[in-house]
Amino acid sequence: MSTQHETAYPLYTEVVNEFDKLTAAGRADKARQTAFERFRLLGFPSIKHEDWKYTNITRFLKDEYALVPTVREIPAGLVEKATIPNLDCYQLVLVNGIWDGQVRGGNLPGGISIRRVNEALRDPGTAALFENGKWGNQHFANLNAALFTDGLFITVDKGADAAKPLHILHLYTTDHNLLVQPRHLWVVGANAGLSVIESTVCTTTGEAKVWINGLTEIVAASDARIDHVAIQTATAGTRLVQHTTVRQKKQSLYNNYTFTLPGADLVRNDLQLRLEEDHTETHLYGLYLTAGNQLVDNHTLVDHQKPFCFSNELYKGVLLEQSTGVFNGKVYVHKDAQKTNAFQQNNNLVIGKRATIDSKPELEIYADDVKCSHGSTVGQFSEEALFYLRSRGIGEATAKALLINAFAFDVTEKLKIGAVETYINQLIRRHIPAEHA
Amino acid sequence: MLIIKNLHAEVEEKQILKGIDLTVRPGEVHAIMGPNGSGKSSLASVLAGKEGYHVTEGEVTFRGKDLLDMDPEIRAREGLFLAFQYPIEIPGVSNVNFLKTALAEIRAYRNQPALDAKEFLRMSREKQKLVEFDAQLVNRSLNEGFSGGEKKRNEIFQLAMLEPSLAILDETDSGLDIDALRIVAGGVNKLRSKDNAFIIITHYQRLLEYIIPDFVHVLYNGRIVKSGTKELALELEEKGYDWLREESREQEATITQ
Repeated sequence: MSTQHETAYPLYTEVVNEFDKLTAAGRADKARQTAFERFRLLGFPSIKHEDWKYTNITRFLKDEYALVPTVREIPAGLVEKATIPNLDCYQLVLVNGIWDGQVRGGNLPGGISIRRVNEALRDPGTAALFENGKWGNQHFANLNAALFTDGLFITVDKGADAAKPLHILHLYTTDHNLLVQPRHLWVVGANAGLSVIESTVCTTTGEAKVWINGLTEIVAASDARIDHVAIQTATAGTRLVQHTTVRQKKQSLYNNYTFTLPGADLVRNDLQLRLEEDHTETHLYGLYLTAGNQLVDNHTLVDHQKPFCFSNELYKGVLLEQSTGVFNGKVYVHKDAQKTNAFQQNNNLVIGKRATIDSKPELEIYADDVKCSHGSTVGQFSEEALFYLRSRGIGEATAKALLINAFAFDVTEKLKIGAVETYINQLIRRHIPAEHA
Repeated sequence: MLIIKNLHAEVEEKQILKGIDLTVRPGEVHAIMGPNGSGKSSLASVLAGKEGYHVTEGEVTFRGKDLLDMDPEIRAREGLFLAFQYPIEIPGVSNVNFLKTALAEIRAYRNQPALDAKEFLRMSREKQKLVEFDAQLVNRSLNEGFSGGEKKRNEIFQLAMLEPSLAILDETDSGLDIDALRIVAGGVNKLRSKDNAFIIITHYQRLLEYIIPDFVHVLYNGRIVKSGTKELALELEEKGYDWLREESREQEATITQ
């Protein structure tokens, strides 16, 4: 049950009022109602909840937020800010979670369909896909499922494959405090391929804050292949909470690359992999470079339900200034999931004198014939490497920047698209301040 | 070029250099020999400015400036180069990017115009050839997965690229087979000129068959106990270092008396 404390936020009242309005308008279907009831019970999370123990969001919840996004002109330069140079792609632009229906970069090949979620919901066949009450104790996922506004419904037919990646630009712009709740569903058919790159950028006027509570569901049918890159750069005043659930079927492959860079006040990623059938392959790569007063939390779950699945996870963090990082990597191996291979690694470079990291691997294994490993390290610059670089005439600041890039390299080199790798490396370099203390 | 006077240094409160005097002029090659633990590598580390070494007495002047007052990168920009005994592997930093960065910072310090990509490439090719350094290694991560010989050759390649006025080679010959040794020595010989100088730290006389030194110094127990010409190296090869220990013990005895 929610306590007085968690329901006392003005945002909680606004959420309840908004849902009442939705109900009065006859738009609160069963799925929304179920999710809302769940959220009412849960309230907003506090550090008393195990999953939020190291991530105190009280200070962000104190602000008041409007819940209905207004359609606004795209501010000058915002698209450019999110564009990746030399990337051959189909580009989709969403402003405050709403897609304008345009695909830039050519016509989509056959077998790939992109629609607005609101439009897809009118179709009873697809509406059923959104009806699930599986958000459990996920506070924000339930809130989104109750009150989501719009998003992208992408389907890739059996055997289809886009030659080029989809680059989805999530642009957020507001002149008043705003909570935006986009919801996406991507279904990749049997033996089909999809490559998606998401960029999140924001611009706010004055002191305005934007809270993005995103929910993305991805289904990989048997033998499907998905590459999913998320680039989170946002400005101060942004609170980004993103829940992603991926359901993998037989022999499917899913690769996720999550990059979080300085900007947003708060980033919380919940990335959950449900390995629902055997012989799946999953790679999760993450890099968080944090600065200022940032709080960046990556919670991942790899849920091995069936035998012969392989998962590998590598998250690296560089923590500058007085920023805080949290990594929680849970691997759950069910009794049935024999011959599981599950590997996890989290390495951190803590550079700021007042920076902190909480790193927590969490393995629950109920099968007896599995290979699982995890490792977590927290370190500082290697004095030997630093001296070697300096002894060649490279100044201390440049040497440190080189070493940060080198540390991130294990993750960035995994990117398959050269233009994206170059872009990420440039972002990293741009965000390394001259003084690191 | 380099004047070391009465240099004392300690590491972790242990005295390792106990009064070194050495003068190196342009065009000269000095060899420093001595048994293990005599302070050879410590001398190199102190000169390059490695953290953890504390100079307790004495002074070092490099091209008229106080060397000990400079940060390691300033020493390098002023023209000092240390070829490491154990070069560090830095995965993720490409050899090329590393050298470009180093050259850019050194040239900026010296108010020289930056090299453009074409000039850098031309220079890099020329120097690779000079020191017989594999072009494929240039594009790899710095020393990552290099064999012992490849790492040492990379040190000499860097030396060729950065064109220092004084290069200190810290046991560059250790762990090298005869072919690698010949290549490394050949590179050094090609880089020798009337304007630059070398300090070659080695345990064995072998390297000095390929790089002929002008002076040979024997370091023992933190002091230079004997200096001479290249014949001294041969003498050491024949007699080993044991006679030094005896001589040194006699000296200590004289001092104590």
